[in-house]
Amino acid sequence: MNVNSFSELVEIAEKTNVSLDKVVLHWEMLDTGEAPEKIIEETSKLLAVMEEEYKLNEGKTFKTLVGLTGTNSKKMLDHLTNALIGKTAFTAAMIAVNMAESNAAMGRIVACPTGGSSGVMPGVLLTLEKIGVERQKLVSGLIVAGAIGKIISKRASLSGAESGCQAEIGSATAMAAGAAVHATGGTPKQVANAAALSLKSLMGLVCDPVGGFVEVPCVKRNASGAVIALLFSDMAKAGVESVIPFDEVAEAMGKVGRMMPESLRETGKGGIADTPTAKMIVQKLSNRFKL
Amino acid sequence: MSSILEIIGPSMIGPSSSHTLGAMRISKFAYNLVGSTPQKAIFYLHGSFQDTYIGHGTGLALIAGLCGIPTDDPRVSKANEIAKHIGFEYEFKSVDLGNVHPNTVKIVTYKDNVHHEIVGSSIGAGRIVIISIDSVECELDGEYPTLLIENKDVPGALSSIIRIISINGTNIAKLYLNRESKYLKLANTVVELDSEVPNSTIESLKMLDVVKTVMYVKPI
Repeated sequence: MNVNSFSELVEIAEKTNVSLDKVVLHWEMLDTGEAPEKIIEETSKLLAVMEEEYKLNEGKTFKTLVGLTGTNSKKMLDHLTNALIGKTAFTAAMIAVNMAESNAAMGRIVACPTGGSSGVMPGVLLTLEKIGVERQKLVSGLIVAGAIGKIISKRASLSGAESGCQAEIGSATAMAAGAAVHATGGTPKQVANAAALSLKSLMGLVCDPVGGFVEVPCVKRNASGAVIALLFSDMAKAGVESVIPFDEVAEAMGKVGRMMPESLRETGKGGIADTPTAKMIVQKLSNRFKL
Repeated sequence: MSSILEIIGPSMIGPSSSHTLGAMRISKFAYNLVGSTPQKAIFYLHGSFQDTYIGHGTGLALIAGLCGIPTDDPRVSKANEIAKHIGFEYEFKSVDLGNVHPNTVKIVTYKDNVHHEIVGSSIGAGRIVIISIDSVECELDGEYPTLLIENKDVPGALSSIIRIISINGTNIAKLYLNRESKYLKLANTVVELDSEVPNSTIESLKMLDVVKTVMYVKPI
């Protein structure tokens, strides 16, 4: 079965009345030979890693490798009841930052889809779990997210070095938005719309880590990814549609990535990394950090 | 083609799949080649690995690999203490390995007067390519059980090697044969297998007239 577009998966789900996660599992079996039960089991294990690590790290501060982040999720937890944006969205942001800070401190994370963007998905899924979404629905949401990521990897890239941060935080956000829609009972079309709207809103985002390290601005971008994912999940479920279909948005993201100069693709030379303050920080660190 | 499990995973130690996980997997390959933690190792870092060795934990990941620590074990961040505890000595040096991938490391291991040299590159998303083992060029991703055989460059050598491997029903996934020296009549055969082979197969290979040395490396 040669399915290369998300719209085909959505169409199959609609025509057959089979749920989107099951369509994805069959697609995956034909593509890689992996049995659906096995994929469900492994996906459930990945969700368990997110759950275990967050449980271990809630309210903690981290000693990160470079020391530019590490105390933010604790501050956010303390601020939770005052959050203007609402408790649910702020919880998602706080969990995302927690995971991203743990990543920067050599903690165990799930690269969903990458280390630098590993906070977005747990931010969204663990928040849904807190408000009562069944675990099994989160697993099927994560499977649907896998298909969104796979389509992006076919049509563009999931690597900051290749296509900028839009390919990492942008993809993670599209995946998490789709997962949230599916896990909370949205339709396959709404999943595609949520993913498209998310990726569009982060189109063009550059990868500009200070000194090349996965801390600034990566950690806090995970917070925005998680909140944007919830926002577009809600908008899609409200019936808002993306004028441009998800497959075309993914294709466009890949094209934008290919137009990006190397200085904006994880080299630590452009964007935020090219500011006077960033340069001063790198100057201070360089003696300590270069072999 | 990536599977969706590779997209939504794997679970790993942060912060970077190419600078932490990939580095660790190269070192884990070296660990599997040696069969245990060596007494000493020197890590020669090429290209961007020189810049990421502290900030992305590349150094700790390399130490952890040779300590045999699993790739998603939180102890990776304390690999230097674990190495000290088990008496594993290591050194980091910078090197220019020429026209290779920017994330490349040469690992030299020493154990009981035997030394090995492995060169590997981390090519993104945690995937690696081992490009040389003991100066023999290769292209291994560490996913398959692998036999590294030095054999005589004579007619029938390869067929007798393959016959021994196939006796137990082990299927060959990939096979490379390179002449080492026409003058010395020596060649290197690298065999990637679909399943692990029993010790008896390795012993039978060693007993072949045409075979000089056999090394077996488990998948990472």
